[in-house]
Amino acid sequence: MNEPSTRIVKVNGSGCRIWENGDGEPLVLLSGFGGYPNWTPFLGHLASKRRLIVPSLPGYPGADGHRLLDNQLDWVSATLDLLEAAEINNTDLIGLGPGAALAAEVAAMVHTHVRRLVLIGPMGLFDEGDPLGDIWALRDSEVPAMFSSQPEKFAEALSCPDNEDEVEWRILQTRAREAAARMLWPIGDTGLAKRLHRITAPTLLLWGDADRVVPPAYANRFADLITGPCETKTIDGSGHRVDFDAAEQTAKAILSFLH
Amino acid sequence: MKLCWFHLMPYTDLPDDFKDSHNSVWVDIDSRLFKPEKAHHMYNDFMDELEFAAESGFDGVCVNEHHQNGYGLMPSPNLIAATLARRTQDAAIIVMGNSLALYNPPLRVAEEFAMLDCISGGRLVAGFPVGTPMDTCYAYGMNPSQLRERYYEAHDLILKAWAEPEPFAWNGRYNKLRHVNPWPRPVQSPHPPIWIPGGGSVETWQWCAEQDYVYAYLSYFGYKAGAATMNGFWREMKNLGKDPNPFRAGFLQFVGVAENRDKALDLYREPAEYFYNRCLHVDARYANPPGYTSEATMRAKVKSQVLQAARRATDQSMITAPTFEEIVDKGYVIIGSPDEVAEQLREVAVDLNIGHLMLLLQFGNMGKELAIHNTALFAKQVAPQINGLFENEWPDEWWPQAMASSTRAEPRPVFQTTLQ
Repeated sequence: MNEPSTRIVKVNGSGCRIWENGDGEPLVLLSGFGGYPNWTPFLGHLASKRRLIVPSLPGYPGADGHRLLDNQLDWVSATLDLLEAAEINNTDLIGLGPGAALAAEVAAMVHTHVRRLVLIGPMGLFDEGDPLGDIWALRDSEVPAMFSSQPEKFAEALSCPDNEDEVEWRILQTRAREAAARMLWPIGDTGLAKRLHRITAPTLLLWGDADRVVPPAYANRFADLITGPCETKTIDGSGHRVDFDAAEQTAKAILSFLH
Repeated sequence: MKLCWFHLMPYTDLPDDFKDSHNSVWVDIDSRLFKPEKAHHMYNDFMDELEFAAESGFDGVCVNEHHQNGYGLMPSPNLIAATLARRTQDAAIIVMGNSLALYNPPLRVAEEFAMLDCISGGRLVAGFPVGTPMDTCYAYGMNPSQLRERYYEAHDLILKAWAEPEPFAWNGRYNKLRHVNPWPRPVQSPHPPIWIPGGGSVETWQWCAEQDYVYAYLSYFGYKAGAATMNGFWREMKNLGKDPNPFRAGFLQFVGVAENRDKALDLYREPAEYFYNRCLHVDARYANPPGYTSEATMRAKVKSQVLQAARRATDQSMITAPTFEEIVDKGYVIIGSPDEVAEQLREVAVDLNIGHLMLLLQFGNMGKELAIHNTALFAKQVAPQINGLFENEWPDEWWPQAMASSTRAEPRPVFQTTLQ
């Protein structure tokens, strides 16, 4: 697996990491819960076919400045700053979880930025009758099974690597959770439902069929509200983090949609 | 030393099997356990106890704020404080306090505290807690990443509202107000003393020092567990060049007094075990929302092995079920004869350098009769042995400055006249 190149751009004066890896047509990806402390097999699969650009949202690993963002407009504005620094221009855009909620905002707001859109287990909506998983009220031991269908393997991936400081590793993860909470607390409804109709880009809704964070039935709500052509695909046996649970299959589904 | 009588107002009728058959006393406590007709009596008993404490000569009576909580029945401590302002004479009314970020706009706190200060003739202590994660983030949906920013902004707004003689505009990060001009205003000038109930974060200590506020450590785990925190607080005060005036500090301690130690063991076993086993049965899921604890405090805490061990122990519930013997051994509750209790409390006050001792003399499912017994014994036989502590050496600059009693209103006596 090739290492990505790294550069740091400023968003509201705070540094945000942008990774790039691979050749071909650009493809931009906004991470989900926890962000990416390290390059992963899923990113490798995408970078093997496309020039993959992975900007870190404020507060996620590699980026700071989430505490400057007070409301959804601030988050959308910071995301636009970040994507424009990554030179997004009629580019395919992927988002996961909270990153998908922001990718959808960008696609709704600036049609010229996004050519095709992939939303993987997107946050942003909340239905009282079919609530999201209560991700903020978990014991440490419950976290892996909430996000992954392979909790033991996922717990291993979350644990501190040998070459990292244990305290700082824990703080890095807490900071990423805080960044997500800052946008999504308490129930994850960002008001996105009022703006989804503005999305005209062809959209793939991708879900783990065992997603405990965003129930797979939410795909229908997104599909109903989005104006552009929309297709839904589920990955069997995967939890919310399909990029971890089924890295290759998820990458294939994305690349096949973006063929 | 000031002796302050503190009431949490615990629901006294949680079932025997509460810990085994219910998830948590806080946030998602089973609403079917709440019997309003029983709560009618609990509230009235609790207010009787507070009034009795004030009459018995305690320097102050304390109430606090909790939400969706089976051991704290005061979502609004200000309601109770209002009745205390009418039905007590000289005791300080210590509201510990209002979680500033939960009031929208926080000006509400400036107004209600001013009302309480006016009604009581200047006897109010204004407590400004950040609030627990359970109360603020889980029960009230406050964003943990914004809680402290909102808290500090609310504090600045309230202080300015009390100080500023002219209406002013407030363009805060979270509060936008064109005409700030609270009416009424507090009796105490420039404002009631401000006390900060806090945990053990270095930032809170520094902030208390910077603002010259009282830091009150409201732990349920007594003087032995509290020593590390209070020592840390005083070390920090020294570093910041503050004098070691014990009145800078408040500390909470459970106490059970009886004729002798054996009687105390007998009398206080049930309410103590009720409190530590049922009332503190809090699901750890609600203890640590991301962003609630600052990264600096996290670094300090993660590095402390004691706290690492505590975290391991708390994965299921916040504490494990202790027996009364353990509760007493660990110093959660101080029990004994009046002389024994006085001796221990003197030691606590001196060792931890505490000028404002906050005493829980009703706890758990303790009924009114025992609470009154405990309070009366304390007032008559314990208080006189310790209340002179520190008073000649240090000024208490954080005690309410009430109007002279001769100039204060006399509330109409209750139930003493009949309409013709």
